[in-house]
Amino acid sequence: MLNSGINVIIEGVNMQRLLLGLAVTVRIAFISIILGSLLGILLGLIRTSKSKVITFICRVYLEVFRIIPILVWLFIVYFGVTNLLNIHLDGEIVALIIFSLWGAAEMSDIVRGALESLPKHQMESGLALGLSFWELYRYILIPQAVRRMLPGAINLSTRMVKTTSLVVMIGVIDVVKVGQQIIERSFTLLFVIRCPSGQKNWKLNGRIK
Amino acid sequence: MTIEEKHQVLLQINGLHKEYDGTTVLDDINLSIHKGEVVVILGPSGCGKSTLLRCMNGLEKIQGGEIVFSGKDLTDKNVDWQNTRQQIGMVFQNYDLFPHMTVMENVLLGPVKVQKRDKAESLEQAEQLLKRVGLFERKDAYPRQLSGGQKQRIAIVRALCMNPQIMLFDEVTAALDPEMVREVLDVMLGLAKQGMTMMIVTHEMGFAKAVADRIIFIDAGKICEIATPDEFFSNPTTERAKQFLNIFQY
Repeated sequence: MLNSGINVIIEGVNMQRLLLGLAVTVRIAFISIILGSLLGILLGLIRTSKSKVITFICRVYLEVFRIIPILVWLFIVYFGVTNLLNIHLDGEIVALIIFSLWGAAEMSDIVRGALESLPKHQMESGLALGLSFWELYRYILIPQAVRRMLPGAINLSTRMVKTTSLVVMIGVIDVVKVGQQIIERSFTLLFVIRCPSGQKNWKLNGRIK
Repeated sequence: MTIEEKHQVLLQINGLHKEYDGTTVLDDINLSIHKGEVVVILGPSGCGKSTLLRCMNGLEKIQGGEIVFSGKDLTDKNVDWQNTRQQIGMVFQNYDLFPHMTVMENVLLGPVKVQKRDKAESLEQAEQLLKRVGLFERKDAYPRQLSGGQKQRIAIVRALCMNPQIMLFDEVTAALDPEMVREVLDVMLGLAKQGMTMMIVTHEMGFAKAVADRIIFIDAGKICEIATPDEFFSNPTTERAKQFLNIFQY
């Protein structure tokens, strides 16, 4: 039989090491997706406000995270900010901060887009029924916006999971790093954790169409 | 309804002035609407009819004049719009049912969530109203499963369920297929017969004639003519109204 190399994974403590690495990847991705989504929804709601100053500030925040690569952000905070403030931050904490802020920025745009795509008369007929501002969002706008933002949000989540592999650069040992250390072939695992969310997105897209 | 109630002024508009970015849309509108009265507003497109209705429930801000509804000045800065809007039912052109809710949820949103009324009592009222417009069997359907005419009838029920004192209809049949116009107009005619106070903007001249107590003809943001339907359709006094009515005759 040809040596496919697959058995390397189960040799010795390799599997255990891989799973520990995977736990780091999942932890960073999971926490930052949750924090990013919550903050992003808030920012998205704020971005539909009529105040030009507020929407401008939010816009700048989004663009700054879009334009500067995530890797650079990780370096800025891990090496730059810590050096400047003379503190030590663990690589994983830095990763959580950056990924949450990035997720929030992208999420805010998804939420804003979904809210703004709702027909204006939905809001008006809600107002005409005597709904307050919060009731309007709670019963009319958010339930409709959620359907429209799900595909984008899931897409963002898969991107975040994938991008976590950059944390290697600031010394966090995630699943990719472990894999590299073992045989440089653990892409299969990364694929396995991304696969379900990708498929879910396909299904949702189909349903929305 | 006693004679006294019938003559009570429900809505009084004095010198209403409305402009968008310096362009006057409505100018010096004076109008009083009595309880139980049906007023139909006619006029060419863009003359400000819909805007006038939208000013009545605060969807548009006005730049001058006053609107007194049921003794309350609606131009007051501290006016409680949420409460006021519950008493002013409005139905729009685009049958704006909420697409993520069933017919019954649409209808009950106002009474139960906004007015915080008893659910059983609201349900009973909703069922009665739905039966009246012949759509009780569709109570669990979603708006996308209904025809335009059905949606519009539900929208009327939704507004009625709030027990409003006045109903505003903003070209409610304009977006409907011709054969569905009738079913909606019949519902409105039924309401008028029951003594509901109504302000109607429409392009259905036959309907206007049948339902109105008074016709208000607006052109270029000004009231040109106020008359009974008979007078207005057979013998309009202003030149502009004559021209307008001619368009509807082939």
